Amino acid sequence: MARLNIKTPLTKDKIEKLKAGDIILLNGTIYSARDAAHKRIMQLIEEGADLPFPIKDQIIYYMGPTPAREGKIIGSAGPTTSYRMDSFTPKLIEMGLAASIGKGSRSTEVVNALKANKAVYLSAVGGAGALLSKRIRSVKIIAFEDLGAEAVRKLGVEEFPLIVAIDSYGTSLFER
Amino acid sequence: MRIIKTADIRDKIAQLSQQACIKVDKKITDAFAKSYESEKNPVAKYVFEQLIENYKIAETENIPICQDTGMVTMFVTIGQDVAFKGEAMEKMIQEGIRIGYREGFLRKSIVNDPIERVNTGDNTPAVIHYELVEGDVFNVVIVPKGAGCENMSRIAMLKPADGLPVIEKFVVDAVRDAWANPCPPLFIGVGIGGNFEKVAFLAKKALLLPFDERSETPYIAKLENDLLDEINDLDIGPQGFGGQTTALGVRVLSYPTHIASLPVAVNISCHAMRHIEFSL
Repeated sequence: MARLNIKTPLTKDKIEKLKAGDIILLNGTIYSARDAAHKRIMQLIEEGADLPFPIKDQIIYYMGPTPAREGKIIGSAGPTTSYRMDSFTPKLIEMGLAASIGKGSRSTEVVNALKANKAVYLSAVGGAGALLSKRIRSVKIIAFEDLGAEAVRKLGVEEFPLIVAIDSYGTSLFER
Repeated sequence: MRIIKTADIRDKIAQLSQQACIKVDKKITDAFAKSYESEKNPVAKYVFEQLIENYKIAETENIPICQDTGMVTMFVTIGQDVAFKGEAMEKMIQEGIRIGYREGFLRKSIVNDPIERVNTGDNTPAVIHYELVEGDVFNVVIVPKGAGCENMSRIAMLKPADGLPVIEKFVVDAVRDAWANPCPPLFIGVGIGGNFEKVAFLAKKALLLPFDERSETPYIAKLENDLLDEINDLDIGPQGFGGQTTALGVRVLSYPTHIASLPVAVNISCHAMRHIEFSL
């Protein structure tokens, strides 16, 4: 069980080294998007329109935070359950998405896409939103502001604690 | 006849709905500390460390334990010798949630319609269950329950001939299929009997029973123990990465049923099992 410090962007050379069960501390930029934002992003892709952020080598975090208190940049910010995004994820991985962060297992289609395109699925600890919020250093809403908690946010993270749940070789921590 | 002001109910709900999302029951943190010690899986231990640290940060820094501050379920017990003064109680309960979620900086997670899906912006409406009892009591349990675990709940109308073995299988299958989705270590509520809607209600209500106690009915107490053992043998572990702690408690409630029916329901709660209770 290695403990690794990783910087974004998550290029293929970094992905190759990650093994299911590794604990990583992520530094850099990630983008939050969950159910409603995924639906809109897929619509934009279909229309051939510009996306809120580049997909290639980037990381999507399935998260919708609680509102920030005065003087804070974000509230509780833990992962939501990933399977609800399973129908959208293979397409994004084909477009170059390096990783998604959520909780819970993924469909066979997602695992196959991870293998075929050298991408990973990372898990944050579900229900650790207070702890995770402390590792977020910057927040900017970049799309779909009308969705409130579900808006797309560009997040700057520092030592963001994650577990490699499914690696680019298809090995999954959820399988026994 | 005892008179209760509905404005007092509103104020209490506004205050306690915030607390329920920030402070976890001490019995849960104690159980965590124990499980952490006995857990052998290194990833499971790592997850426990994060969860324990998270609860501390949440409480000391006033940050919700989880970003999903839930759809509020409320169990309201009303003694028949109580009368209410002021605006309609239902309205004031919802107003309490509205204020609590605004002032507590909690997430507004409710959409107006299951298909149109426009956020109501204030986390209302809550789902409220009223129970009428003897005397002049007035008691409320507030349960802000996240969707990650609520979505993993299940109901079945079994055959009377199925009996306990099929009930057990049904509950264990639900937990296995849910795997990491409901944020284990879990609390499991099981309802048996009644009819279609009653059994779902029982399953959720069973979550409110003390998780470290057992039913006074011997066969139910045995079922609770057997289910807990079987679930912890699944090797799901905290967050699904393996380990011996998949559930911390299983409680079962039953109710008389029809000669042709054996309804069963399972309601799953995440590790925080957020709830808070008050009486007026």
